[in-house]
Amino acid sequence: MGLSVARLWGSPGLLLTVALYLAHTLHPVQASTPPHRDYCVLGAGPAGLQMAYFLQRAGRDYTVFERAPGPGSFFTRYPRHRKLISINKRYTGRANSEFNLRHDWNSLLSHDPRLLFRHYSPAYFPDASDMVRYLGDFAARLGLHVLYNTTIAHVTLNKDRQAWNGHYFILTDQKGQPYQCSVLLVATGLSVPNLVDFPGSEYVEGYESVSVDPKDFVGQNVLILGRGNSAFETAENILGVTNFIHMLSRSRVRLSWATHYVGDLRAINNGLLDTYQLKSLDGLLESDLTDLAIVKDREGKFHITLKFYWEEGNQHADAITLPQDDSDNFAMRVAYDRVIRCLGWNFDFSIFNKSLKLSSVGEFSKKYPLVRGSYESKGSRGLFVLGTASHSVDYRKSAGGFIHGFRYTVRAVHRLLEHRHHGITWPSTEHPITQLTSSILRRVNEASGLYQMFSVLADVVLVKENATAFEYLEEFPTQVLAQLETITGKQARHGLFVINMEYGRNFSGPDKDVFFYDRSVGHTEDAWQSNFLHPVIYYYRHLPTEQDVRFRPADWPLPRPTAIHHIVEDFLTDWTAPVGHILPLRRFLENCLDTDLRSFYAESCFLFALTRQKLPPFCQQGYLRTQGLVGTESLRQHRVESGALQDHAAVDRHREDSYHGRVGHPQAPGPLVQPLHSNKEEL
Amino acid sequence: MMSSSFNIFRVGISFVMVCIFYKSSVDCLPELSSQKYFSTLQSGKASLAYFCQADSPSTSVFLEELKKAVKPLQDYGISVAKVNCVKEEASRYCGKEKDLMKAYLFRGNILLREFPTDTLFDVNAIIAHVLFALLFNEVKYVTTLERLQNIEDSLKGKANIAFAYVRAIGTPEHRAVMEAAFVYGTTYQFVLTTEIALLGSIGTEDIEYAHLYFFHCKPVLDLTQQCRRTLMEQPLTTLNIYRFIKSMEAPLLTEVAEDPQQVSTVHLQLGLPLVFIVSQQATYEADRRTAEWIGWRLLGKAGVLLLLRDSLEVDIPQQANVVFKREEGMPVEYLVLHDIDLVISHVENNMYTEEVREDEDDDIEGPDMDTLGIQDDEVAETVYRDRKRQLPLELTVELTEETFNATVMASDSIVLFYAGWQAVSMAFLQSYIDLAIKLKGTSTMLLARINCADWSDVCTKQNVTEFPVVKMYKEGENPVSYAGMLGTEDLLKFIQLSRISCPVNITSVQEAEQYLSGELYKDLISYSSVSVLGLFSPTMTTAKEDFTEAGKYLKGCVITGIYSEEDVLILSNRYTATLPALLLARHKEDKVESLPLANTHAQDIVQMITNSLLETFPEITVENLPTYLRLQKPLLVLFSDGSINPQYKKAMLTLIKEKHVDSLTPCWLNLKTTPVGRGVLQTYFDVLPPLPLLVVVNLHSGGQVFAFPSDQAVTEQNLLLWLKKVEAGLESPITILPAQEWKPPLPAYNFLRMMDAAASQHSSRKGPECVKETDVQENDKEQHEDKSAIKKEPTETLRIKHWNRSNVFKAEKSFRHDNKEL
Repeated sequence: MGLSVARLWGSPGLLLTVALYLAHTLHPVQASTPPHRDYCVLGAGPAGLQMAYFLQRAGRDYTVFERAPGPGSFFTRYPRHRKLISINKRYTGRANSEFNLRHDWNSLLSHDPRLLFRHYSPAYFPDASDMVRYLGDFAARLGLHVLYNTTIAHVTLNKDRQAWNGHYFILTDQKGQPYQCSVLLVATGLSVPNLVDFPGSEYVEGYESVSVDPKDFVGQNVLILGRGNSAFETAENILGVTNFIHMLSRSRVRLSWATHYVGDLRAINNGLLDTYQLKSLDGLLESDLTDLAIVKDREGKFHITLKFYWEEGNQHADAITLPQDDSDNFAMRVAYDRVIRCLGWNFDFSIFNKSLKLSSVGEFSKKYPLVRGSYESKGSRGLFVLGTASHSVDYRKSAGGFIHGFRYTVRAVHRLLEHRHHGITWPSTEHPITQLTSSILRRVNEASGLYQMFSVLADVVLVKENATAFEYLEEFPTQVLAQLETITGKQARHGLFVINMEYGRNFSGPDKDVFFYDRSVGHTEDAWQSNFLHPVIYYYRHLPTEQDVRFRPADWPLPRPTAIHHIVEDFLTDWTAPVGHILPLRRFLENCLDTDLRSFYAESCFLFALTRQKLPPFCQQGYLRTQGLVGTESLRQHRVESGALQDHAAVDRHREDSYHGRVGHPQAPGPLVQPLHSNKEEL
Repeated sequence: MMSSSFNIFRVGISFVMVCIFYKSSVDCLPELSSQKYFSTLQSGKASLAYFCQADSPSTSVFLEELKKAVKPLQDYGISVAKVNCVKEEASRYCGKEKDLMKAYLFRGNILLREFPTDTLFDVNAIIAHVLFALLFNEVKYVTTLERLQNIEDSLKGKANIAFAYVRAIGTPEHRAVMEAAFVYGTTYQFVLTTEIALLGSIGTEDIEYAHLYFFHCKPVLDLTQQCRRTLMEQPLTTLNIYRFIKSMEAPLLTEVAEDPQQVSTVHLQLGLPLVFIVSQQATYEADRRTAEWIGWRLLGKAGVLLLLRDSLEVDIPQQANVVFKREEGMPVEYLVLHDIDLVISHVENNMYTEEVREDEDDDIEGPDMDTLGIQDDEVAETVYRDRKRQLPLELTVELTEETFNATVMASDSIVLFYAGWQAVSMAFLQSYIDLAIKLKGTSTMLLARINCADWSDVCTKQNVTEFPVVKMYKEGENPVSYAGMLGTEDLLKFIQLSRISCPVNITSVQEAEQYLSGELYKDLISYSSVSVLGLFSPTMTTAKEDFTEAGKYLKGCVITGIYSEEDVLILSNRYTATLPALLLARHKEDKVESLPLANTHAQDIVQMITNSLLETFPEITVENLPTYLRLQKPLLVLFSDGSINPQYKKAMLTLIKEKHVDSLTPCWLNLKTTPVGRGVLQTYFDVLPPLPLLVVVNLHSGGQVFAFPSDQAVTEQNLLLWLKKVEAGLESPITILPAQEWKPPLPAYNFLRMMDAAASQHSSRKGPECVKETDVQENDKEQHEDKSAIKKEPTETLRIKHWNRSNVFKAEKSFRHDNKEL
């Protein structure tokens, strides 16, 4: 979760805005240029600090503005019951630190191994205060420039041709101090509790303020509105002391193990589901909250009725019709002692001036600001949304709203900025084509960014001319694939591969049985039906256009490619099996590039060098540069046994024996000529 | 699959009788006496007979190939037999001498053609020649443009022409053309040429390959007008030609007014997509012209149809102007393409999968989907086979993130960076361990290794992102990457030579003499046959710097030393060198050469030294071939079984000395130490003459291989004469090395196609695209249950398709062939 920025202003704030506005318009010249920063980051939560880290490492001019006296203030209060549901897996049996980040959902990225969350908590589901301590250390130890106790109350746009983006962002803090920023990075999280307006909503307590002491609920009938993790977390806390808990929400409960989305209900919170299905008085109901009304009776108990009844009644408690008056078995006919609202949070749009055109995703969804696939606001260039608030890009799909996901998307944004403003192209490595299979395998086996941000960030392989070499770019946002060249500063003229991770289509969903028999695929030829998260490689002969990306087939994370390869799902997420994983991948790459990517011993290359005019890439790039693979005697023996190598010594004897009797006749291919050999001949 | 064609049964009957005594009915070549043979000839039926002496060997290359041709020729109603000539028999067909045997083609008992066996060099040549002879009237062979023009003119308004260029008679392409002519010879006029010039004058630029054009002459009414031509873009195979001609027969443009999903034409059966140009009443005329234009452009690649939107009952998206249907049963794509070129390129881009399937088709009888899972990477296979062997890994130090820096700082170390899952680096790890065994207890150099699959961060920090990599860490020096052969011997050499600094600072004349004689580094000269000494007067600072840089660059390859004391003149005088100079001490020959070094940059010094390491007449080995290939000259190789004959060596050395072979790289190959050389010889010679053998291999331009005649004595004169003839182009090569590119050894799974197949299946079952919320659950259940059923389907469908297609062809062939017989 992100950090909440001040909502301390009602009307006084507004007055301040007007005052400032006047000051600006009346004395535009006189107003001395406010202190300038190239980069301003709003919020010192996980996303803000993560961005600060990258800016700091790159030596950029930046400041983080934080309302609270320390970083991660959201976590000082939330979650109310203090247990984080992001896992802190300290043991994986693997030494690979990149791989281990796949199972560390709390750490931010840094070069300092001491700043791994496992040093901060032994708990699998750590306490929120450990997160506060961790973020504090992160900011302090890395010396990040954070201005604490600085509430940015207002953000406006100041047009200026000189500015990087044609305008500056003017930030004004609570003291009226303005700051001028070239780029604005908004990492304020979601801080406004989501309220539903219905008659009687004033009787409802909010998650943010409700008591967390179970004693306060002893022997009570409790109604909870919502069915997310905060609702279930609240229920879990009081489950043992209440008479019963009813939970009411618009749509059915979404279990994260069925949807593969970490934001849905996690098993650690779902005790109520158990008691509901085991007939223990607790229960779940589905209804649209906006149709409801709550009526308080004389004893202070709450009755549920419909807005419709409430409106036609004279709004006096006793006079309002209750559903049970018509239908005497209405489910919520009991009176409740408490009604608690746990409906999540929304982004705080209030501090952004209209000129920024920072709008919400849709008319009905005020939860997130509208951003592009590059996390840049659609309204103003140079304004990026980071962290939880940027989750609209992959809401209910991937992990972009959570630390373990947005730590990578923040890095992607930083890489974009480095190229846009400092001419530093997207980091990449260049290799000879013979390393292609290895490079892909390495990443799918260890990369955490691909794994966490599946289908949102993907690696890109840019093939060089004549397919003799390639460039490898990590973790590029798939939705802006068409703009790859402008964003990265690289050329994609000769085709590209995109390496993505995907669950099987149709596998995940709130109503899906994810435990059905035969759910896993073992045969390589069925790899495309893999259900569990597995690598998928797309090959494009040409960089897809924006059109291609926008009108891609439904359920496809990427436009339709020229060819596609699925590496078959693996129970251990270890895709290194020579025949099951590597071989089909190599065949795919070979067929896309129309070349032979096999590796050969020096002896084979020697044979090819003297008997053919052209050599396979492996021999060209290794053997011919005196870097051939010589091999050992025992490997040579295996080659003979496998039939890959004709045993010339044996042929020698054979030939001598038969020489005299059969002069003039060609050597018939004996049993020593074997499948492998004949494959080569077929080339 | 092919053999199940009913056609074969019918034609094959007469042979079953004969063959029953022989072998299985497939591929058998009946052996008859000549008397018997002539009695079996039926009038009107063609027959190919090979006459040979009864006592001749029962196998030869020709007979093998002839056997292979039996079945395909039977398909065309042509019987094949081997006729044994009895000695006393005086049939004119039986040659007088053993090697003058020929094959004869009869129709009934009339002799049509006789073929020397060397023209029928393989099965393709046999079939091509036989059909060529039989279809003499149907296929016109032309050599001049004029002749072609005449044929074209005479057919205008009457018939279309299939014009083919093949590189030579008897090639597989020629066979494919003849087989097509067999089927279509009466419908179209086939014209064949082998003249490149003729093809060039038609305007083809890339003449390396066989070509087939379709001349649309039938619609041409004005004799002054040229026939429109369509080039077939696929390679010339029988199936491709069949498909191409079929698509030429199809109408250029068809008008339809029904749901594109339901429309099917011959194109789809041929595996070609359909392109619908969406038209409206208002723009009908213009649309039709556009569609016709596209039709011409896509002729042979796709079927083009004009879809009349106004009279259409189903809805198609409003803005779509092109509909693309890849194949039967697949959902159509609605496209918005505002440019004819976009339409063309869309079709051509989507041909890609088509090509892949082509491959599958071609080798459907060879590797099917199952063989894709067979490992054909020799390194991966051997490493896998060796996986259970315990290596004495403890002889090398395993590094981790924690120990890496401390270890490489504490002692001079060699580190192997590898990845546990990467076959090449695991193969090299074995050599590395062998090296550790060799060096056990003798080396001051620490042998370490780090598995980058576990410690990828460390490897990345050391700038290692490929595997395997070997780096040497020495105190106070930058790490050096090893760039030699990935094998025990070369790495050992590198380690040993790296023990001394590079260049070594020599401090006295006496020491210099010891250095040059090999005394100073006695234990190292087995690794470096040359010791290099740079001589400088103390003031030549730039020259010294350049040399030192070169020395550093060559670290681990060769021993280098530097001498720049005041008394350097003693040395320069002794070795008649002008300062600055380079002394090269060749320890094997016990000889010291000197080279001037004035104004030579480091790069050039490196080049000088590397060149000096090359021998004039080296024994070529697997390890050193690349260094000699760099010279980019044809190789003059003496293949020797064991060590080289001194007489030969002398002759070669004399030639070298007299500078007769400067345009070549003379060398010799010992088959005992380099057994793979035998594999090389097998490729050069069908029949291996006795060793030693002298061969010129022109690797870098043309790939010709010339062999020194084995009946000539290896003398300087003979050699020189032969080399001159080779150079003058008077010798004919014994073989030409193939110049093919290295293509994918096998196809890959076509997952995109499988996904499409499954998707179309789903959508057809579900009916309309949008599914109501309530139905979803039900459908999903169904999907899961059905999964096992769907799984196998795609490949099956593929095969069935192929089967159908090839049988269409077969059926057509047999149909046509019935006509012939009548």
